[in-house]
Amino acid sequence: MPLLAIGVLAAITYSFRLAGPLLRGRVRISQGAEELFAIASAILLVSLAATGAITEGHGFAGWARPAGVLVAGVLAARKAPFPVVVIAAAGTTALLRLAGVA
Amino acid sequence: MSLVVFAGGSQIAATSVVITGGSPAAAVAAGALLNTRLVPYGFAVSGITGRTWWTRLLGAHLTTDESVAFALRYSTRAGAIADPRRASRAFWGCGASLFAVWNASVGLGVLAGTTMGNTGAFGLDATFPAVMLALALPALSRPRTRAAAGGGALVAVALTPVLPAGLPVLAGLSGLLLCLPAGRRRGESKADAGGGGRGESKADARGGGRGESKADARGGGRGESKADARGGGRGESKADARGGGRGARRAGI
Repeated sequence: MPLLAIGVLAAITYSFRLAGPLLRGRVRISQGAEELFAIASAILLVSLAATGAITEGHGFAGWARPAGVLVAGVLAARKAPFPVVVIAAAGTTALLRLAGVA
Repeated sequence: MSLVVFAGGSQIAATSVVITGGSPAAAVAAGALLNTRLVPYGFAVSGITGRTWWTRLLGAHLTTDESVAFALRYSTRAGAIADPRRASRAFWGCGASLFAVWNASVGLGVLAGTTMGNTGAFGLDATFPAVMLALALPALSRPRTRAAAGGGALVAVALTPVLPAGLPVLAGLSGLLLCLPAGRRRGESKADAGGGGRGESKADARGGGRGESKADARGGGRGESKADARGGGRGESKADARGGGRGARRAGI
């Protein structure tokens, strides 16, 4: 990632963090806005997961990767520990590739 | 990056946008949006990060999902901090140790990554989306969020073949429209912010998507225009949805 982009993201992130302590008592965030941000974050994460799992460049990524992500998703939904989820994703994909699935 | 941004989800999100060939601007936008949740966090813990300005500046940087969660264990249901001293200890303890461990681990990961030749054989490319999914899951217990996220993801995947990398994910924010009718007008500004990216991508999609579905009718075209109609169309104008549907029919038959 370019250094400038990292710097900008860092600055934005820090200003988000500082907003609370600075504006405390003067501004209140409406519950609706807060909820909307939460939903937007969820959309972004799921969209990233979906495109990251299914696509590579402008095309299809092959079956091994989405299969790994699917296994990870099922494990995460069953409240498996985070490391297990991540390792299961990599492991499933690696094994499928070893077996010749692209 | 890990030292100065120090927000895991956004670091991974921004990195994955760049890895897939997205522009730095799209990466920053995705990362920044994920971090908007830090704003309410900041308000929540503003009472316990100390009185002097420098502890506040430092405390702000350690504001994360985890440190806030630990601090808020000492708050009442109404949101007031019941035991400020213990809450403050929990916040600093968790924040500082997380900062140390997180950055050390990132460093180790970088070292390991450079010595490991073919990361694809180890399935490491599957870990990025898996982490994203795992992070999103708790929020998906609510039906409204689930609908919005599902719609958004559909739009994002459908637009990936036609949009420059990084933009499809931002276009996925149009999924917000799915939950707007139930919501109040409060979120106007946010919807607008999403609108900028969306308007842009919409035009692209219509131009590119239709052209493509005519060209290679059976392949990607069909599912694509259908997904488009369902995801983007519902929130927007009906004409658009019908247009997409017609495109799909023409492509399919």
